[in-house]
Amino acid sequence: MTAWSSALPEFNAPIFFENNMLKISDLKVTVDGKAILNGLNLEVGPGEVHAIMGPNGSGKSTLANVIAGRDGYEVTDGSVAFMENDLLEMAPEERAHEGVFLAFQYPVEIPGVANIALLKEGLNAARRHRGEKELDALDFLKLVREKLKLVEMKEEFLYRSVNEGFSGGEKKRNEIFQMAMLEPRLAVLDETDSGLDIDALKIVAGGVNALRSEDRSVILVTHYQRLLDYIVPDYVHVLAGGRIVRSGDKGLALDLEARGYGWIEAGDSATA
Amino acid sequence: MNTAVKELGELVGREYKEGFVTDIEAETLPPGLDESVIRFLSAKKSEPDFILEWRLEAFRRWQQMDKPEWAHVHHDPIDFQAISYYSAPKRDEDRPKSLDEVDPKLIETYNKLGIPLEEQKALAGVAVDAVFDSVSVTTTFKDKLAEAGVIFCPLSEAMANHPELVREYLGSVVPASDNFYAALNSAVFTEGSFVYVPKGVRCPMELSTYFRINALNTGQFERTLIIADEGSYVSYLEGCTAPMRDENQLHAAVVELVAMKDAEIKYSTVQNWYPGDEDGRGGIYNFVTKRGACRGDNAKISWTQVETGSAITWKYPSVLLEGDHSIGEFYSVALTNNCQQADTGTKMVHIGENTSSTIISKGISAGRGQNAYRGLVKVLKGAKGARNYSQCDSLLMGDRCGAHTFPYVEVKNPTATIEHEATTSKIGEDQLFYCRQRGLSEEDAVSMIVNGFCKEVFRELPMEFAVEAQKLLGISLEGAVG
Ligand SMILES: Nc1ncnc2c1ncn2[C@@H]1O[C@H](COP(=O)(O)OP(=O)(O)O)[C@@H](O)[C@H]1O
Ligand SMILES: [Mg+2]
Repeated sequence: MTAWSSALPEFNAPIFFENNMLKISDLKVTVDGKAILNGLNLEVGPGEVHAIMGPNGSGKSTLANVIAGRDGYEVTDGSVAFMENDLLEMAPEERAHEGVFLAFQYPVEIPGVANIALLKEGLNAARRHRGEKELDALDFLKLVREKLKLVEMKEEFLYRSVNEGFSGGEKKRNEIFQMAMLEPRLAVLDETDSGLDIDALKIVAGGVNALRSEDRSVILVTHYQRLLDYIVPDYVHVLAGGRIVRSGDKGLALDLEARGYGWIEAGDSATA
Repeated sequence: MNTAVKELGELVGREYKEGFVTDIEAETLPPGLDESVIRFLSAKKSEPDFILEWRLEAFRRWQQMDKPEWAHVHHDPIDFQAISYYSAPKRDEDRPKSLDEVDPKLIETYNKLGIPLEEQKALAGVAVDAVFDSVSVTTTFKDKLAEAGVIFCPLSEAMANHPELVREYLGSVVPASDNFYAALNSAVFTEGSFVYVPKGVRCPMELSTYFRINALNTGQFERTLIIADEGSYVSYLEGCTAPMRDENQLHAAVVELVAMKDAEIKYSTVQNWYPGDEDGRGGIYNFVTKRGACRGDNAKISWTQVETGSAITWKYPSVLLEGDHSIGEFYSVALTNNCQQADTGTKMVHIGENTSSTIISKGISAGRGQNAYRGLVKVLKGAKGARNYSQCDSLLMGDRCGAHTFPYVEVKNPTATIEHEATTSKIGEDQLFYCRQRGLSEEDAVSMIVNGFCKEVFRELPMEFAVEAQKLLGISLEGAVG
């Protein structure tokens, strides 16, 4: 008996580790001294799609940005493990090279920099990091054309300045296009659905679905259930008060849609 | 009698008393400037008399002028009597024997720019063998130009061989008394380039001073004169992306361009003089007068400049739009990092009818750099239908630097259309993060964003120059963030 139970943690540890692409433990984050995340736990296994829902201002983007390594967020406690890496110790570009991708809630405009130039630099930097050869112009263009189809974007978008003068929907599609090019291991999509009409939503969802695979995980941050009709998640989590207060399957999203967030937040404080 | 004239009288008297005792065989003149120095310079080059007279007249005017104080730059007063106005090119014994004797930082920069070894030696002033690759390049190059009838030679050579052209055009755009530094240059200029493109000729190649680095020691008072005769075209590249060593702190060059009817001159500069150390010590003061005249109808002059060097830059490439339908353009990138100061811009003077001008200025300030755009658009009474479009964008990196915009507009004709747009932005934390999230290092991200900001100017540069300029910008900004 004693031998078995004492052996258990050692036995479990490596398996547990392998099963997780991302493990966030007791994460506490403040912005300008204000506590936003208050002990958040989340585990994402390879190939899984997790939806994170929650009211405005609950900290969804904060979570996404902390995973990607944006400045201005102070992690006061907790850890974020990504594969074998301590993510919080890494520069944003190192995280990107290791396969972390963030589709921005508000994609940034960079005047004068062609979309294709940014992508080529980014892709080749990651390839160098992995010890692979940089793609030559021809192979790169071949790849680009294939991925453009995925999100039904015209080739002219490649030569326009990054996100400059793009419509809201075009910006979001461009994010998914970049994701397709960079082939991340973990993609965090921050409200990629917001501001999309139904046709654009279908295109974006189609793009994401085409990229689903056994070794690629997705965190879908969204405000609306609607997206989940098209990208069906394995898990749904509700973020409120800086913590995941409820987790479930797709059914949870439908409940939320029917009843709003109030019942969860109320329930949460009642049980706390 | 006012004091200036009185002083002048005393000066002339003194010179007379002392006589012209300077040894014409001397290799270097002691510091100081008076008429004897100018006579010496002129005699050294066996110049025609009219040039000597012109120099002396400029000198007399210069003595009566005040140093300009209006620019947004600060420096200790320059003692013009402490400068030596002539030194022969260095003899081989005095030069570094190999690149091992050259400042390793300079070599590092050359390597980053991918400059071949032989050219590195030339740039760093290393004594090189008589057989030097660029010599043969220069020869083929000269043959080709001669075939087309293009004259491209040192100004002193032009004075000897084409005195009629020099007499007609020298000082015709920038008069000797134009401003303090132009007057000084007119009095003491030592060397420079001369270009004449005959009627209807399209110059068969880009003309570059870079080809001449080995042949010519242009010194600190360079003077360039370019004439494009009717219906001709020439593209001239000045400078070099590699930082050049120079012991002279003050540079006061003059560039004059003349475009006749239907002619076009494209003048591109990449200026990368030593900016000084991080506190600005030892950097070059670059006080340049550049002006072009569109003398005939449909003439076009286009200035493109990328300014990343010097401790202080003071420069306003301008165009006098005399001919009807003539066009003036000014595309500029000026970058100041550490303690660098730049006050640069342009003057577009609309004189003929239906003349048009475009001004695109991109200022980048980092570190404690100060960057000022100063531009004048002047429309004279007769300039019916004149048009100008100006766009001045400033990019700030960090919060210890400054950007300043001083646009001046003087319109005397009511039919003119003047448009001015100005923006100031900080290099966005969000832009940097976006690029880094896609995998770029912070330095590559900065370089990419800044190059994007400058794109409208870079695309005006000849292809190879543009690629080099982009690299240069990246290098100049290293360590500017983080
Ligand atoms: N950069 C920031 N500076 C100041 N406050 C911020 C910043 N980012 C987020 N916040 C604050 O943190 C809280 C959570 O914001 P956010 O993570 O964007 O929520 P969500 O994405 O769920 O709408 C909000 O109160 C927001 O105002
Ligand atoms: Mg958000």
